[in-house]
Amino acid sequence: MIKKLKIIGTPVPKHDAAIRVSGRAIYGHDIVLPGMLHGAILRTEHPSAIIEFIDVSEAKKLSGVICIITADDADVNNIGYKRDHPILKKGEANCTRDEIAAVAAETKEIARKALNLIKVKYKIRKGIYETSEALKESAPQINKFSSGKFENKNIAEKFHYEHGNIEEEKKKSAHIISRKFTLPRMTHACMASSNITASFNNIDKKLLLYSSTQVPFLYQRDMAHALKMNPSDIRVIQPVIGGGFGSKLDMHPFEPICALLSIKTGRPVQLIYSREEEFIASPIRQPMEIELTAGVDKKGNFTFREINIVKDNGAYTSWGATTPFVIMQAFSSLYKIKACRFNSTAVYTNNVFAGSFRGYGNPQATFALERVIDLLADELGMDKAEIRLLNANEKGEATGQGLHYETCGHKECLETVIKKSNYKQHAAHNRQSGRFLHGTGLASMLHVGGGAKIYRSDGCGTILKIDPYGYCTIITGSNEIGQGSETVLAMIASEELGIELKKIKVINTDTDIKPWDVGVHASRTSFVAGNSLLGAIKILKVKLNKKAAELLKTNHSNFDYSDNKIISLKSNDSIALDKVVREMHFSEPNELAIADYFYEPSSKFQDKNFKGNVSGTYAFASQAVEVEVDTYTGNVRVLNVYVAQDVGRVLNPLLLDGQIEGGVVQGIGYALTEELLMKEGKILNPNFHNYKMLTAADVPDIHFFPVETIDKEGPYGAKGVGEASLIPTAAAIANAVCNALDVEILELPITPEKVLAAIAGKKKLKTEKI
Amino acid sequence: MKKTKTKTEKLHEVSFTLNEKKVSCKIKASVLLLDLIRDVFELKGTKPGCGEGECGACTVLINGAPVNSCLFLAVNADGKNITTIEGLTKSDGSLHPVQESLVAHGAVQCGFCTSGMAMSIKGLMNQYENSHNVPGEIKNGIPSRDEIKKHLEGNLCRCTGYVKIIDAAEAMFKQEQ
Repeated sequence: MIKKLKIIGTPVPKHDAAIRVSGRAIYGHDIVLPGMLHGAILRTEHPSAIIEFIDVSEAKKLSGVICIITADDADVNNIGYKRDHPILKKGEANCTRDEIAAVAAETKEIARKALNLIKVKYKIRKGIYETSEALKESAPQINKFSSGKFENKNIAEKFHYEHGNIEEEKKKSAHIISRKFTLPRMTHACMASSNITASFNNIDKKLLLYSSTQVPFLYQRDMAHALKMNPSDIRVIQPVIGGGFGSKLDMHPFEPICALLSIKTGRPVQLIYSREEEFIASPIRQPMEIELTAGVDKKGNFTFREINIVKDNGAYTSWGATTPFVIMQAFSSLYKIKACRFNSTAVYTNNVFAGSFRGYGNPQATFALERVIDLLADELGMDKAEIRLLNANEKGEATGQGLHYETCGHKECLETVIKKSNYKQHAAHNRQSGRFLHGTGLASMLHVGGGAKIYRSDGCGTILKIDPYGYCTIITGSNEIGQGSETVLAMIASEELGIELKKIKVINTDTDIKPWDVGVHASRTSFVAGNSLLGAIKILKVKLNKKAAELLKTNHSNFDYSDNKIISLKSNDSIALDKVVREMHFSEPNELAIADYFYEPSSKFQDKNFKGNVSGTYAFASQAVEVEVDTYTGNVRVLNVYVAQDVGRVLNPLLLDGQIEGGVVQGIGYALTEELLMKEGKILNPNFHNYKMLTAADVPDIHFFPVETIDKEGPYGAKGVGEASLIPTAAAIANAVCNALDVEILELPITPEKVLAAIAGKKKLKTEKI
Repeated sequence: MKKTKTKTEKLHEVSFTLNEKKVSCKIKASVLLLDLIRDVFELKGTKPGCGEGECGACTVLINGAPVNSCLFLAVNADGKNITTIEGLTKSDGSLHPVQESLVAHGAVQCGFCTSGMAMSIKGLMNQYENSHNVPGEIKNGIPSRDEIKKHLEGNLCRCTGYVKIIDAAEAMFKQEQ
């Protein structure tokens, strides 16, 4: 039983919003340390080349240059998920991002000037930019550090998963659809470019890093491995982070490079990407080709899905290579599905390598899956809403992959968007003629909602303290990347301890102080850190209750915490919380009002066949999108987006709206405008002018309907929400465009060129038929 | 490639009003207003987002009108009245209505675009305030939602999806009316 909530569920503004809105928040770009140098990185001129020599002698002569390093100066280990990535490249360049040399200088200008004075002689090679080329027997080995454990030298990673009897289900299928989908490179484009300030103290040999990583403890470990240091000699402090979205899950070469420059010079060094460098050298969403074959029986029940995915891994392997964990989950478990066979192969090329990006492969999977559902419905002559409702996931379901849906709002999400968008009426009326055609599309998604156990622990630690003045300090392992986790934690503490919000501080930026946590990913922070905090509160209350009972001269511990007081529910007597804490400190038992707790979700590590209940709970969402297509220009305008999402419980509607709206708009970008264009391994549009993000003028009306399923695993019943809103948007838009034009869309983004080509193709097809 | 310049660049004296204070300094002709504000006057609230006038994170007001400070040569600031995000907040720390509205509407997530957004909205506000000396058109009434959206086109945000920012601006205009 949850008592009536006072603060949880209310629209509390982000707790440091006033600091941020007055320009007082300190981001990595704003840090200035005494004696600080400025770092810069020389990248290769050619995506594939032999490096014959590097001559830094002229650059070293430039006044103000303090240090220049190349691979020869660095005694370091490779980095990356597969440890196949040298932080400075020696002998060859394999990717347009490749770091050849790095400079530390007195000013940014001198550092940049020095880069121009470094001479590198390249012998240009023919690069490999297509996965099909890379898989040919005759292709050279692109990454010489690859594990070599697969049948082809250019395979970086493979996943195989299956459940059910595919052949049996094929026989039962009345219709089978097979399509190949192509997904583009999308980049995070965080408003703050990548940055780090490294300060090595050569007296005590400790390294201090001001880093915008979203996974500080994994980062500390990775950095220590790269630099051959002890992790605990590295202290990671996170300044305010100007956007993450998954881009800061991997440690990237510039970070140990900056640390090395500091180690070599004994001075702090700051390295900040220019916007062009950010487009070229920060991670991307995985481009991939998805072949999907799916069946349906004559009643409309889904029978099987067979999936083959080829991912362009780029030259090195990041966490992005593990996105099939999530991709296979969508295919195996979104809608009831009796049999599924999944294969994915990540292939090395000389292209830029992918990282993790909000949704972690799920937007790609959902696009393919939801597109094919529309095609199956068309084949059957069944309503697109009905086929989804028929197959929707249900509470209590255990999927073929072993996911347990203790709560499940899938059906309610679908029903909500179908109703609110007036889907059926729209879909029936969408066959107009004229220049502007309207279309409506539906899509759902499934995502982890209670963390994801892909490390040995998916836990989070909390140290909770109440001081003698009645202020509360939450020292949490989790961190804030703008999403508002600090606010939610403060709200939980306020709710449970009856302390007003302004008396609650959240400490979460320093690995020397805070307890362990995996980091910000998998939409896990509110769930995992929230539960961790609740655990600590429970322990602390036992101590507080004991002292309060003593002071109130009662022998029960039935107390309410409210208005900075502890109130006896029996007698209504109360005592100020700060007084209780002082009495604890300064009289028997002379103890601190401190508690710590480590929360580990109930989820399980999946077995070697990728089966098991990987998350504490699961989030579901459906979206309905209305578009208007200009058949003269090919322009697609999104008019309305209806979002229903199973969030478990709304903890803070203001912050929740922000996550939904932000995700949807990123999803529209993925659907319609955003693509990092590459030719021969080089990025063609490394700027905001040619990489088209949506602006305020492009934003449609977003109608959000939270679905509360109150999951017993979540804090107050809440599930993770961060990624979900982005995941089905592109799929729903593609379905809407197809609905408007009666064409097939097989790739993203749906640019005007592609729309016009699709219309022309359809006309051509009709002409041929006649 | 070989030239290593030893000649020092000529310095130019510029005097202007920065957040209602008269300031002056000697700078190279190539210095950008963004760098002058951040590095010389150490006002770090103005954010470097792209350096090419595309994202609007570095927006400041010059004589009341929003300008990308990354494209504005600092020497041209001479004699001008410049307001940064720090100047929007009153000296006692109380927020400007634009800032208050952004906070109340949940329009701030990572916050890196926020300074620029706030200054752009203030710029639009100035266009509608007859009393203010703004170059260009002086308008009456308050801007429509579409006008606000159009006005904010030059300010990119990756977190919020803009909705709450537009809501905040719209509410602020209605309240100030």
